[in-house]
Amino acid sequence: MRPAGRRAEPPGEFVVKARVMEPDDVRRALTRIAHEIVEHNKGTDDLVIVGIRTRGAPLADRIAAAIASFEGVDLPSGALDVTLYRDDVALKGPRRLEATTVPADIDGRVVIVVDDVLFTGRTIRAAFDALLDMGRPRAIRLAVLVDRGHREFPIRADHVGKNLPTAADEIVKVHVEELDGEDAVLIGEYR
Amino acid sequence: MIKHLLSMDQLDADAITTILDTAESLRQVTDRPIKKLPTLRGRTVCNLFYEASTRTRISFELAAKRLSADVINFSADSKSSVAKGESFKDTAWTLEAMGVDAIVVRHGSSGAPHQLSRWVKASVINAGDGSHEHPTQALLDLFSIRERFKDLEGLKVAIVGDVLHSRVARSNVKGLATMGAHVTLVGPPTLIPKEAESWGASIEYELDPLLADIDVCYLLRVQQERQSEQLFPSLREYAALWGLDDRRMQLMRPDALVMHPGPMNRGVEISANVSESARSIILDQVSNGLAVRMSLLYLMLGGHSEEGQALEELAV
Repeated sequence: MRPAGRRAEPPGEFVVKARVMEPDDVRRALTRIAHEIVEHNKGTDDLVIVGIRTRGAPLADRIAAAIASFEGVDLPSGALDVTLYRDDVALKGPRRLEATTVPADIDGRVVIVVDDVLFTGRTIRAAFDALLDMGRPRAIRLAVLVDRGHREFPIRADHVGKNLPTAADEIVKVHVEELDGEDAVLIGEYR
Repeated sequence: MIKHLLSMDQLDADAITTILDTAESLRQVTDRPIKKLPTLRGRTVCNLFYEASTRTRISFELAAKRLSADVINFSADSKSSVAKGESFKDTAWTLEAMGVDAIVVRHGSSGAPHQLSRWVKASVINAGDGSHEHPTQALLDLFSIRERFKDLEGLKVAIVGDVLHSRVARSNVKGLATMGAHVTLVGPPTLIPKEAESWGASIEYELDPLLADIDVCYLLRVQQERQSEQLFPSLREYAALWGLDDRRMQLMRPDALVMHPGPMNRGVEISANVSESARSIILDQVSNGLAVRMSLLYLMLGGHSEEGQALEELAV
């Protein structure tokens, strides 16, 4: 048997201790992030929105749709599976891969990486390597729905939906309507 | 399932689907300027080849390199320790002592990879053993067919030629049957083994009547080195009765495919025109082979686990 990695699904049932974001909170946070991205970029020129699989991808789509609705510009967007770039492949073994659909030309663009939860920073590190193998963006920025702290790498988010202080052994779960039937952010633990 | 890949018998439909789906994701990588992934950094793959090979060895070598594994190529030829009389077992132990993680083996004797898997701790991948099996060829063929028809279930595939000596035919019959396709073996009676009916394939000796009905015409290489065994009168007669030429290709449905594992004998089992026609996916088979072998190496070596249970877990 392989040793259980940090995010390997532990035995037992996920018990919700608190719901920290409801559907309206998620919607408002994503709308604000969309505005922040455009404001910070001084417009929509050169922006590319890329969501990290699994739950960053629908969030990226929604941010791109929000920008389209108030700026009238359809930004190139896509999804990135970072599995093959993770630093824990040898530890946890292979996982099922999902399609990577990053727009073809990211050279000289500003790539907004979107993920659901920012925790150790290791996923984002993997995303950097994956993107740099696809081209040379002018800048990479990070937008996350939840920043729960406990970074292991010097990585920070440019746009944060909610800062959520947590204990390291707590589990933060983001539910998105596209995959889970509802939008919510939950804190809980496995018992 | 599975630490070693020795036979298509080891793979059920779910496992095959996992391998093909993973290959599909990995194929994207081959279309971009930087064709390398860091996934298998620090792993070592040894290609141990006791028989001649171009595409299989290069394909495995490239697949391992694309995943950042280190690759050693060992050909048992006049320049190797085998020429000095080293036994298969001693060669295996030597590789083991150098710490390889996987051994891709091709050997003239059926069962050699199985034997090897009992001697070493590394994962063993069968790249062709005697007239037994060539599972990665079958997987890349399944991938290539699925790419065109989306679903393998219910497809009609004719495998034509020297089934008797063909490890490609054995692996493909098993793989296609597992995925629900109907296989017909066609060729001279001397080249269709008696036990083939028990593989779940039907047997025919004439090609022409089948052509209008099939989705795939899969031609096997006529192994000219077998000519001395007098199993068919001449190459010309073989070409006249079972070779796929323009006339026969016209009998096939417009969307039916022509496949060949290579290397081809043009003018014998396949005419030059047919091999270069729009329905030939022979070069797709080669490029898909790379993605399928990357998929296998990732799924088999991606974890550190001794049992190689990753594929099993993924298949559930």
